[in-house]
Order: sequence, then C-alpha cells, then structure tokens
Amino acid sequence: MHYHLNFAIVWRHLDRLEWGLVLSLELAAAGIAAGIVIGLALALAAHGRGRVVRGIIAAYVEFIRNVPLLLLVYLVFYGIPSVGGFAYGATTSFIATLAVYAGAYLVEVFRAGLDAIPRGLIDAGRAIGLTPWQRTLYVRLPTMLRIVLPSLSNAFISLFKDTAIASVIAVPELTYGANWIYTNTFRIIEVYSVITPMYLVTGWTLLFLLRQVERRFALKRA
Amino acid sequence: MMVMVNALPFLWQGLLVSLQVSAVVMIMALVFGVLLGMALTYAPWWVAWPVRGYSDIARGLPLITLIFFVYYATPAVGLNISGWWAAVSALAAFETAHVSEVARGALQSIHHGQTDAGRAIGLTFGQRMLYVVFPQALRRFLPPWINTVVDTVKGSALLSLVGIVDLMLSVQQVIGRTFRPLPLYILGALIYFVINYTLSQVSRRLEAHFAYVRE
Repeated sequence: MHYHLNFAIVWRHLDRLEWGLVLSLELAAAGIAAGIVIGLALALAAHGRGRVVRGIIAAYVEFIRNVPLLLLVYLVFYGIPSVGGFAYGATTSFIATLAVYAGAYLVEVFRAGLDAIPRGLIDAGRAIGLTPWQRTLYVRLPTMLRIVLPSLSNAFISLFKDTAIASVIAVPELTYGANWIYTNTFRIIEVYSVITPMYLVTGWTLLFLLRQVERRFALKRA
Repeated sequence: MMVMVNALPFLWQGLLVSLQVSAVVMIMALVFGVLLGMALTYAPWWVAWPVRGYSDIARGLPLITLIFFVYYATPAVGLNISGWWAAVSALAAFETAHVSEVARGALQSIHHGQTDAGRAIGLTFGQRMLYVVFPQALRRFLPPWINTVVDTVKGSALLSLVGIVDLMLSVQQVIGRTFRPLPLYILGALIYFVINYTLSQVSRRLEAHFAYVRE
C-alpha cells in the first residue's frame, strides 16, 4: 500500500496545534497551582491531627490514585451536572478534575516533605522564640518546599502529559487539535509526527528548566 | 442505588475484557521491559542508546496520544493487524518503557562486585544473572513493578476510546441506555478502585517486607 506524505495540510492548520500546545501548558499550570493549594492544605491539616481527619484525607488520596483519570474526567464533566442541575464548560470541568487529581498526589509529596524537615531546624525556631504559627510559615513551609521541588517538577511534567485526556471532552488542547485535523483530512501520519516532537520537546525543555530551578534551590546538607 | 445493582451484569463482560487486556499487557511489558532494562544496564552503547531513545520517547508522550497514533496509523501505512492488537500494543509499548526503567534501577542497585565475583568463579552471563543478580534485584524490582501494573489497569481504560468494550466503555453503554451518569461512573470508579487498591496494598506490603534488608 502506498501512503503519500503531504505535510502541507498540517502546516495549513498549524495554528490549531500551536494554540493547542499553549492550552495544554495552561491546563497543566492551572492544575498544578490548584493541586498545590489542595495538597498543601490537606498535608498541613493531616499533620499531627486525629485519626478521623487523617482517615478522610487518606481515603481521598487512595480513591483518586487508584481510579483512571479518564473516568474522573467523565465523572466530573457528565456525572456531577446530571444531578446538580447546573453545568460548566469543558475547560473548567477539566481543570477542576486535574486539580483534584494533582491534589491527591501532592498531599503525599508534601506530607513526606514535612516529615523530612530536619528536627533541629524547628527546635532552632523555637529557641529564638518563634510562635508555632511563625515556625510553620518561616521554617517549615520554605524548607519543605525546597525538599519537594523535584517531586513538584515531575508532577508538573506528568500533568502536562495528562492534559491530552482533555481531548475526550473536546477541550481544544494539542491532542484534540491533532484529532480535529485527522478527522477532517485523514492525514494521520503527518499530524501525529508533528505533535509527537511537540510533546517531547516541550516535556524535555520543561524538565531541563525545572532541573536548573531545583539546583538553584537545593537544600545543601552538611 | 438500584441502577448500580441492575448495571452489574452488564459490566461483567467489560470487566473481564479490562482484566484480560491488562494481563496481556502486563506480561508483554514484563518480558520486554526486563530485557530492555538489561540492555540499558549491560549492553554496549550501540544497543543501549537506541533503547534509551525508545524509553525516553515512549515515556515522554501522553499514553492517549500514543494509543490514537498506533491505532489509526497502522492501517494507514498498510499494516494489517486487528484494532485490538494495535491498541494493546500501544499500551504495551508504553508500559514496557516504564518497566525497563524499573528493571534498570533494580539491576543497577546491585554492586558490580557481585557480578565480578560471579565472573571470578567462572559463571557465564546467564548464570550470573540467574543466580547472582536477579535474586538480589528482585526486592528492588517488585514493589515499583506492581505500581506499573496499577498504571496498566488504569491505562487500559483509555482503550475504550478506540472501541474496545472494556469496563469503561461498558459503563458508558449502560449510561447510554439509562441516562444515569453519576451513579454508574461512581460504580465504575469503585470497581477500578477495588482492583488497583488491592494491587497497591500488595506493593506496599512487599516494600515493607523487603525493608529490613540493609545495604
């Protein structure tokens, strides 16, 4: 069988892919930002609390981590509005799903980060007369963020790839753009051999940049 | 609640398909992943570099994109394989890359003094692997490998997008007849949860079980 490559069709629709990539990055950024808020709030709430609070948070974490993201996306987009009597856009719906999804992974990351803070640092804070609240704000949080930075950048890159699932509810990100071009022109090889390097180069660039940031903020241990 | 109970018989077949696909992918990824992990660790550069390239590309792409590409591109280039195999190979290619990294990490964690000693007493490469490296690397390999199995089960839901009637697509078919998305998606989520949570717990137990070994 002969398949004649014709990239001209892809170049003609390239704007869909460019804007798709931008939207993918925006979705990932919104997801990680909201996920950090959820993760941080729950990790701090779980820290040193009773069994009930920790149990509820653990249930949330385990549930989200063991269910396919695709199902969660459908659940939020089709499931909840069907009984809530309200509706929201696909993009809003996906960002909310991604936030809840990222939150479940980040709670664990932050919890491990809080546990990894050197004991002496908090004692030092107490010694210079910081209140418990000040110790959290000025000692625990900044130290913990520096510890978890590598995990955060991995989570971000992972979320960037997960944004491709938004295509199933017609959020016009990169994979949706590719499928739009494919269904309208049948140029599957061309369009996917353009978006493959787009995903890879973007992912690797993010990895490289975030590694520089990590090195800048790495905690130097004696 | 009744809608959930009534749906169960219609989800059974889909659940079996999900488990079957996951099992096939798990075995393919285990065999090829361990082989590629060995290539990454022991092979000369002209073997190791292409494997590194494959692994980085497969892990750098969204799984859903990989599935669409393989599923729609194979007939376009004239490859005559069934849709089922196209979709399953895409998932297997993705998981193989992840397993190869797990295997590489486990193999590299074994001090080279161990293989040197094996060589010194005249063991062949195969014997060194089988009697010296693998038994020690196993405890490093098993817990993260089970996590890749969890990812396989979760990833198999994406095969519903290319028409494989797995648990995910069965749930949607029932929704198409009953117009009750919320309870049925929750039911689907619970079924996936039970499978994956069990696997996760096994992984956690093994990790705790192996934790006593000191370097």
